[in-house]
Amino acid sequence: MTDIPADEPLHEVTVVVNGVPRAAAVPARRLLSDFLRHDLGLTGTHVGCEHGVCGACTVLVDGRPIRSCLQFAVMHDGAQVTTVEGCSSGDGGLGPVQQAFRDCHGLQCGFCTPGFVTTITAYLDENPQPSEDEAREAIAGNLCRCTGYQNIVASVLRAAELRGSTGEVAQ
Amino acid sequence: MKPSPFTYHRPGTTEAAVGLLTELGTDAKVLAGGQSLVPLLNMRLAAPPHLVDINQLQELNYVRATGTSPDGAGPAVVVGAAARHADVERDPAAHQALPLLRRALRHVAHPTIRNRGTTVGSIVHADPAGEMTAVLALLDGSVELRSANGSRRVGAADFFVGPLESAAEPGELAVSATFPVPPGQTGTAWLEVARRHGDYAVCGVGALVTVDADHRVVGARAAYISVDTTPVVLDLLDAVGTGPADTADWSAAGRLAASTLRPDADIHATAEYRRHLAAVLTGRALTAAALDARGRGVNHHTGETEETA
Ligand SMILES: Cc1cc2nc3c(=O)[nH]c(=O)nc-3n(C[C@H](O)[C@H](O)[C@H](O)COP(=O)(O)OP(=O)(O)OC[C@H]3O[C@@H](n4cnc5c(N)ncnc54)[C@H](O)[C@@H]3O)c2cc1C
Ligand code: FES
Ligand code: FES
Repeated sequence: MTDIPADEPLHEVTVVVNGVPRAAAVPARRLLSDFLRHDLGLTGTHVGCEHGVCGACTVLVDGRPIRSCLQFAVMHDGAQVTTVEGCSSGDGGLGPVQQAFRDCHGLQCGFCTPGFVTTITAYLDENPQPSEDEAREAIAGNLCRCTGYQNIVASVLRAAELRGSTGEVAQ
Repeated sequence: MKPSPFTYHRPGTTEAAVGLLTELGTDAKVLAGGQSLVPLLNMRLAAPPHLVDINQLQELNYVRATGTSPDGAGPAVVVGAAARHADVERDPAAHQALPLLRRALRHVAHPTIRNRGTTVGSIVHADPAGEMTAVLALLDGSVELRSANGSRRVGAADFFVGPLESAAEPGELAVSATFPVPPGQTGTAWLEVARRHGDYAVCGVGALVTVDADHRVVGARAAYISVDTTPVVLDLLDAVGTGPADTADWSAAGRLAASTLRPDADIHATAEYRRHLAAVLTGRALTAAALDARGRGVNHHTGETEETA
């Protein structure tokens, strides 16, 4: 990358992203969000505030949602990362959460959507049949400036339904 | 890139981490969950030349409910420096021993932040709005600090020095925090008002009520966040008296708290509003804690008590 001073030491970082090992040499201060976007070209992960508040950059590390803007890539050498690109179905079509957002009009500009999709994907693994209140609570840490959240809550419930019907939920 | 350059260290053992920290002194910062430090680095409000990452120190990744605390006192929950807020929140034995931990943790940011932020890190960070600082203070807990020159234990009363300032010195690693289980038949509650759920509290109150076998009040204390530069603990027994818990005048304790606390105004609330919140929340939190004390007596061994906030 052109933004790295010539004398800044680089670290070889390997991360298994959406099941595929990916590596790049980056400075220690490279944020995980920028590592995914700039170094690996995975621009599905969005960056809004870069201080942990908006949730747009949420990715799953070893299955748990975290803010990728508050982590350095070098801390996650060897980790398993799932981004929004990895929330698709096995055949490359829309995954259940993505399909639900489409069904329920859960996005408008779409800037916040990657963070919602990753957060909800992990949440439904833990709680496959949330109530409406639980669905609202599950997305409380993500900001959306467009939708007013109603349709995102509906998308959480719809995604739970879709997962149930496609048998993605382990009984 | 957002932060300024730093040298990254990933020691493999606690001993190596402590050695590095002591050697580097003021040039180094511990990197735990990063949920408070990385925003400061991203905004370039801090620019430490060295970061010592403690996330892979498996020996510090534990939550233990023990019969004897490390300082030799009674039962306690001990949390290692690499344990996440989410690990403490979900630990069944910790919840059974000390339900206040989960009750308060549910108000610490959002689950995604709790997945990464550490409980010990939030205590060392000493944010005057940090829930776990007040929980440690309310329970009279302590922090174990280690440097290459040895280790020391600092009680909560001495640990919180000022806003974002704790007794941990450069060169020291906080290896664990000890939350003692209060003796006797004791109930707890955590209540707070925040502008949105998950935000830092405008005022937060942790309450602890101890009753005797006849359900008469024998102890009533509360700890406050966001009303001073450090967590404040008040003994409110005198205002409540030692009568039956069911008819105790908990709002008298609220009035005492409001007249004792000296909150500041900021863009979120006036000092007067904060005092008002402290009064109301104190009354409610003590009421809830007294109810919880009754429950704890009955369900001592099944553990599960009704969530209070
Ligand atoms: C959007 C958002 C909302 C939040 N809301 C809340 C909230 O409502 N309530 C709340 O309490 N917190 C809140 N937090 C902060 C969160 O709880 C942090 O996780 C916590 O304060 C710091 O823990 P950490 O492990 O992330 O520490 P880090 O960010 O890694 O470190 C914080 C500081 O403590 C030092 N440190 C950390 N661990 C140690 C150690 N073991 N020994 C010595 N020094 C150490 C670091 O050097 C640094 O100076 C919020 C954070 C975000 C991003
Ligand atoms: S960009 Fe990470 S939380 Fe906003
Ligand atoms: S759809 Fe525009 S911010 Fe959420």
